[in-house]
Amino acid sequence: MDILNINNLSVEANGKDILRDVSLSFKTGEIHVIMGPNGSGKSTLANVIIGNPKYHIKNGNIELNGEDIATKEMNERANLGIFLAFQNPVEIEGLNIMHFLKMIYKRRFNENIPTEKIKELAKEINLQEDILNRQLNFNLSGGEKKKLEFLQMMLIKPKVQIFDEIDSGIDIDSFKRIMEIIRSIKRQTITIIITHQINTAKLIEPDRIHVLIDGKISVSGGQEILDNIDKEGYKFYGKQN
Amino acid sequence: MENKIRFEKGLNEDIVRRISNIKNEPEWMLNFRLNAYKFFKNRPMPKWGPDLNIDFNEFSYYLKETKGEANRWEDLPQDILETYKQLGIPEAEKKFLSGAEAMFESEVVYSRVRKELENLGVIFCSTDTAVKKYPDIVKEYIGKVVSPNDNKFAALNSAVWSGGSFIYVPKGVKVPMPLQAYFRINTGEMGQFERTLIVVEDGGEVEYIEGCSALMYSKASLHAAVVEVIAKKNAHVKYITLQNWTKNVYNLVTKRAFAEEGAYVEWIDANIGSKINMKYPSVYLRGKNSKAKIISVALANSGQIQDAGTKIYHLAPDTSSTVVSKSISMGGGKTTYRGLIYVKKGAKNAKSTVKCSTLLMDSISKSDTYPYTENNEETAMTTHEAYVGKINENQIYYLMSRGFSEQDATDMIVFGFINEIVNELPLEYAIEFNRLIKMDMRGAIA
Repeated sequence: MDILNINNLSVEANGKDILRDVSLSFKTGEIHVIMGPNGSGKSTLANVIIGNPKYHIKNGNIELNGEDIATKEMNERANLGIFLAFQNPVEIEGLNIMHFLKMIYKRRFNENIPTEKIKELAKEINLQEDILNRQLNFNLSGGEKKKLEFLQMMLIKPKVQIFDEIDSGIDIDSFKRIMEIIRSIKRQTITIIITHQINTAKLIEPDRIHVLIDGKISVSGGQEILDNIDKEGYKFYGKQN
Repeated sequence: MENKIRFEKGLNEDIVRRISNIKNEPEWMLNFRLNAYKFFKNRPMPKWGPDLNIDFNEFSYYLKETKGEANRWEDLPQDILETYKQLGIPEAEKKFLSGAEAMFESEVVYSRVRKELENLGVIFCSTDTAVKKYPDIVKEYIGKVVSPNDNKFAALNSAVWSGGSFIYVPKGVKVPMPLQAYFRINTGEMGQFERTLIVVEDGGEVEYIEGCSALMYSKASLHAAVVEVIAKKNAHVKYITLQNWTKNVYNLVTKRAFAEEGAYVEWIDANIGSKINMKYPSVYLRGKNSKAKIISVALANSGQIQDAGTKIYHLAPDTSSTVVSKSISMGGGKTTYRGLIYVKKGAKNAKSTVKCSTLLMDSISKSDTYPYTENNEETAMTTHEAYVGKINENQIYYLMSRGFSEQDATDMIVFGFINEIVNELPLEYAIEFNRLIKMDMRGAIA
């Protein structure tokens, strides 16, 4: 079992404080949802966990199984099994998707994966096979990019998987299919899902919900949080208009 | 005859005569040279492009290391054979070439074409040999595509040329696998001036690959080649260059093709090496329905100038051209694209597409684009797209988040950028090219 702890984390980017004194704890087998209005720091939190150098930790640390990973490079963290499905994955011209997927698989498991196996996984999430011969995210639709992020996650079976705005750009059927898969592998991994949509959060049926407002965790708890936000909006948890 | 000859440094008419004399040339070729030498003396240095601070008396103009042109690798001196073995040429010839040629300093030391092609009338030998064995063909075409007075370096080449490939493909013959030539400069302060002539008769097809490299010396060398291609009716010529000279070689090359009715000429031009590279492979679309494709990639690292581009002349109806140019500037290097698309009045429905893009790896490197279009035909269509961008750190971060090191991520982005062009290379060369790019980006010395 893996444990990811975020301890008293404060983060800035471009001279602006974004996260203030955030503490959270995640264990294998749990699905967490991080909610909050736009600009509350949700994406920053995801990017800090994976080590995006655009964000600077002012205080606090991030521990995976007791080891501080906050000083490690992005690629080192990835190789420890931390994965983020980006909200808007960047396009890389000329990089063949199938080739890329095989490379990340080989990097993780040190063995080759047959083309057919990747095609099967794509089929499971209704990602068209011909997409696999295109260039990485290049001229793909928002939904196709999202599915491709998900396909990468399925391939490399991370210890910690984070989804930033998991449902943006994909249709409801695909989203439900993806949630089925997440639930089916839930026992083997830590799942952190970021969304600002209350309906999405409900469909996820998370074990824990954390509400992030103005860079602070204002509440952590169970499904009751969703009912409160549904009725009262984020101001119930202290959002100033 | 003496085995080894090295001329003293310097250039004058006597040098031109001595080269011709060593080669035991017919008088018409000596006159061709002497005439060209006059043009060379009268022409000023180009007034455009990179600053060429060349003292022509600082080079040796003829250097011969072996007795003659062998057609068995075993007949080469051991050290020269080793050089080509390390470059993998004899291996490549066995596996996937229709013929191979090796040029060492000033002379072709090896050439051979597969017997079955020889029987079909395909000729592949040094241009020197062709002057003696096939004087009528050489006389008919040499200097017709690139006149000795075309530019200063074409004039220089015409005066002191030595070596290079002569290819003749008879009517209707399709050469199944590529022919390859490899040019090697193994000494400093030397000038290599190969002259290549490719004639493909009606309906013939050939793919030709040239590779080049040099040993590193503290003093510069000069490489000024002339390449003339004649693609007759419905012929197809694909000409591939992998230029990897050391970073003290001036590479000043004139390459031009005539495409007659229905002919198709492709120039695939990859440039990693040299100090200053000036090369603008051109096509004259002379017959209706003829086509040109010019695909080039250049990497300019610290201290290098890659000044490349193309000229296409649409001289007949329904002609079409495609130009894709990609360049990478890093470590303070500079890349320039210079292009001309000319459409003659009456070249009805001519079509031309030009796309050039540059990837800047840092803020000290430079890039310029000079595209010219002169369209005199109202039914013709020409388009031009240019793009210059700095490498995107979000792309690097994305790949790092998938476990790749910063260096590997950068390589993947660069390889992706040039992939469209590398895909045009035969697989073996694509792998080699990517390896060279990677080494260059790591700052390794070839």
